[in-house]
Amino acid sequence: MRPGSLSGAFLLLLRRDLILAFRRRAEMINPLLFFILVTAMFPLGIGADPALLKAVGPGVIWVAALLAALLSLDGVFRSDFEDGSLEQFLLSAHPVSILVLAKVLAHWLITGLPLLIVAPLLAVLLNLPGTATTVLIITLALGTPVLSLIGAVGVALTVGLRKGGMILSLLVLPLYVPVLIFAANAVETAAADLPVMAHVSLLSALLVLALSLSPIATAASLRISLS
Amino acid sequence: MEMTPANSDNRPSLEARGLECIRDDRRLFTDLDFSIGSGQALLLEGRNGSGKTSLLRILCAIRLPEAGEVTWCGEDIFRLGPDYHEHTAYVGHRDGVKLDLTPLENLAMAQALGKPKTGITLEGALKQVDLGGFEDVPTRNLSAGQQRRLGLARLLVTTSQLWILDEPFTSLDRHGIEVVEALLDAHLASDGMLALTSHHTINLQSAQVHRINLSA
Repeated sequence: MRPGSLSGAFLLLLRRDLILAFRRRAEMINPLLFFILVTAMFPLGIGADPALLKAVGPGVIWVAALLAALLSLDGVFRSDFEDGSLEQFLLSAHPVSILVLAKVLAHWLITGLPLLIVAPLLAVLLNLPGTATTVLIITLALGTPVLSLIGAVGVALTVGLRKGGMILSLLVLPLYVPVLIFAANAVETAAADLPVMAHVSLLSALLVLALSLSPIATAASLRISLS
Repeated sequence: MEMTPANSDNRPSLEARGLECIRDDRRLFTDLDFSIGSGQALLLEGRNGSGKTSLLRILCAIRLPEAGEVTWCGEDIFRLGPDYHEHTAYVGHRDGVKLDLTPLENLAMAQALGKPKTGITLEGALKQVDLGGFEDVPTRNLSAGQQRRLGLARLLVTTSQLWILDEPFTSLDRHGIEVVEALLDAHLASDGMLALTSHHTINLQSAQVHRINLSA
């Protein structure tokens, strides 16, 4: 790793965001807690009928994951915007889209990856069969990065607004719908012992699309927000 | 309005032509021309809200001017993008330092974002702004003036030729101001360029300080 290289800046920024998250871990645990609590409340709310839980389980877990992602989004750029670090990123000698990608990756590692880890537990809680649990983890692994990537565009556009939360939800949620449909449907299909390859392929395609387009859109949005 | 002759040789120069800035339907300045060459400083003066910060942000290529263009070595800075930014360093109203990181971690990040300067260590840069011994203290525990000096230390660790400074002396004590003035002098003496605003009277050794008063 050469000092001053792009990969050096990418890794250092990733490391910086992970260190920052670790030093403020109380805030970072919030989305995960939300995800677990919402999912755990459902059996209490709708009754412990195993067939019913199995039917609504995939949808419940995915809606909770989606809202947990939305809850954590504002943190991607907010503090950097407030202390002026964001300006420095825009004034970097490196392409902003790559720096953005490092920040989104850090955000996913902090908020997306933990969801993957607790998902099997919640699957048991909602009476999902083993195959469906595997597919649930696969869809979360493919889908939550898409949520972070799309969300970053929305946050970048609204970071300059004082009360951007409402607009952020309105901007981002419609774009989350395809992920929700394909992912929840894949888990339901797996629970019915049917092939899910088509869903997984579509989710992978969404991930590739978001990965290639979102950093560019986010960088452009940040420029608009800061100008 | 003062003008300096455009550089005829190949040394880097920043030139602005016909700049206009409108903010909230108020025209802050119009038809502004100036250039900054090696070893020269541009000092912006004017009342609060006269557009000093807006002009500096235009020079940073963060904000688009309503009219006119800014060129670096003859090329539009908005087109150059990162190729321009590797020659610039900006310290704005906000220090751009993370309070949860140590000064050393902050400076390492700042260096990685630009083109690192050889021949200076991060610890050395901190010593130069009188923050020796504070390398591993959380930045949150530093005073406002110390945080400011940490923000300014960023200037020292990259190879940027053009320093764009928005009120660099805010919250610095008298000694801090002297330290920073010495840094600015050294930068100008080594053919650096400077664009800054300041409410403090600033004592620079260099004779090549051009003043633009935006309220005039």
